[in-house]
Amino acid sequence: MAVLLATFPFVVKDPFWQNVAVLVLIFATAATAWAVLGGFAGQISFGHSLFFSVGSYATAYVVIHPGLSPWVGMVGGALLAAIIGTIVGFPVFRLRSHYFSIATIAMQQVAFVLVTNTEQLGDASGLAIPLRSPSLANLQFSIRDKTDYYLVALAIFAISLFVVWFVLRGPVGYYLRAIRDDEGAAQTLGVRARRYKLYAMALSAAITAFAGGFYAMYALFVDPSVVLGVGFSILIALAAILGGAGSLWGPLLGAALLVVLQQFTRTMYSGAGTGLDFVIYGILVMLIGIGEPRGLAGLVGRLRGRRPA
Amino acid sequence: MAELPQAVVSGILIGSVYALLAVGLALIWGVMDIVNFAHGNFLMVAMYATFFAWSFLSLDPLLGTFVAVVVLVALSLATFYVVIRPVLRGTVLSQMVVTFGLLLLLQGGAQMLFTPSARAVVHPWLDGARFVASGVVLGGPQLGAAAVAIIGLIGLWWLLNRTEVGLAIQAVAQDRKAAEVMGVQPDRIFALTWAISGVCVGLAGAMLMNFYAVDPAVGFQFGLIAFIVVALGGFGSLRGALLAGIAMGVTQDVVGLYLPAYGLAAIFVLYLLVFLIRPQGLLGAH
Repeated sequence: MAVLLATFPFVVKDPFWQNVAVLVLIFATAATAWAVLGGFAGQISFGHSLFFSVGSYATAYVVIHPGLSPWVGMVGGALLAAIIGTIVGFPVFRLRSHYFSIATIAMQQVAFVLVTNTEQLGDASGLAIPLRSPSLANLQFSIRDKTDYYLVALAIFAISLFVVWFVLRGPVGYYLRAIRDDEGAAQTLGVRARRYKLYAMALSAAITAFAGGFYAMYALFVDPSVVLGVGFSILIALAAILGGAGSLWGPLLGAALLVVLQQFTRTMYSGAGTGLDFVIYGILVMLIGIGEPRGLAGLVGRLRGRRPA
Repeated sequence: MAELPQAVVSGILIGSVYALLAVGLALIWGVMDIVNFAHGNFLMVAMYATFFAWSFLSLDPLLGTFVAVVVLVALSLATFYVVIRPVLRGTVLSQMVVTFGLLLLLQGGAQMLFTPSARAVVHPWLDGARFVASGVVLGGPQLGAAAVAIIGLIGLWWLLNRTEVGLAIQAVAQDRKAAEVMGVQPDRIFALTWAISGVCVGLAGAMLMNFYAVDPAVGFQFGLIAFIVVALGGFGSLRGALLAGIAMGVTQDVVGLYLPAYGLAAIFVLYLLVFLIRPQGLLGAH
């Protein structure tokens, strides 16, 4: 898998597929972050575009106004998102997961209205990021060949995956899974459920925002109806659920399926395809929910396990 | 200056419809501990059913109400048997995931079949029945919708508290196993709960269709409103749902009067504020 990912841009030079690959990695990063909360802590968020857009806006803002490096905005955005996530999580995590899902949507809706009515953030039209000389520090590269963008996206994804793996392999991972499976039992055993859910929230929000910052630099534009839209929250959740939110590679698989299917239906059926991809996702998600809650990753594992030696 | 009273009255009328919509969600949530994320899209289906009964079968939207209710009961029962029953013993995650899938399916299906354009019923019969009282206009469709919503809520209250079936539903909600021991079949009660929820959403959607255009995106907006009414009102409380529904309708219309961009956002802020102080909702018990 890792070799495949690392060599992809050197083998495939077609700009269409390179673009698809960059989008897959951005979605995979956000979905991996979502899965920390959704898959491991059992808290389904439908408002992750809030965190994504915090990263996007923070990055665009520091590039436009003080003229700083976008990396400053990405790190700042990640910290800000972690703080917002903790503030949101604090009251919500006293309750069961349904309330959490609803509160995340409400937060995202409020944020959308506030941001689209704030002049410094470009109102409803968003922020355009000015072109600078291409370099890693400016996070801008030649637009003809997306290899550099791909490599940065891959690095961000790899680091995110490593951080998530590192955190979840230790006691925190066990606590979170215990909370997900039976919060009452976990608390009886002395696991401070709320505290660990807050850790998961902060980590999830920070990584999502980082991905959002990169996305802003890649698109060179922050469009609130995209990055802060409900649709985006749903896509992030969808990628993780499709792929298997409880496994490390699942979100990447899910993101790949999602972006490819989306590009495919949009190119094949143009406008009419906008409904078709949702119909397919919907059926897939229901089948996964009923038959294989571990998602595509679980399915792959199952097929491997059944293969005769 | 009849604007403020007008906004309050409009808010109360639409709020009653929110309440009827929300109890459909709350009932399933309370009895089965399952959240139907597709609830708002069920409303969308009811609205389309009313619309097509009007445009294809030339049925008066009021008669279309029966079509909407039948369609919704069928949809709810199908959802229960096909999608929900297989995950009843599954994890909370898989229970949340399946209705999320249903949301996507209904939304995408509506976009494919009916295109994203908005459709409205023209000149419904109720349009003629409007009242003006000291400068405040009571639109016929809105008034009719609120009346049906209130009657629906009273009927539901009666069903749940004054009939044997209703008591059985409450018993299952309180303790599934104990109810089973007493001879109640939870499976049947669950199916019944979904059917009742279908009636509520069918009524709400059909009445809404008399004054609100339908497009594939309405499901999301109203679904969100239903969730917030339920969470705001607290579980298992019909009075809570009615209060919360009206509170949301009034907040939305009054804030929308002064700050048009913030009408919908105001109800989310209201929810988040209540949430910080009383997470279990206004009249919630736990």
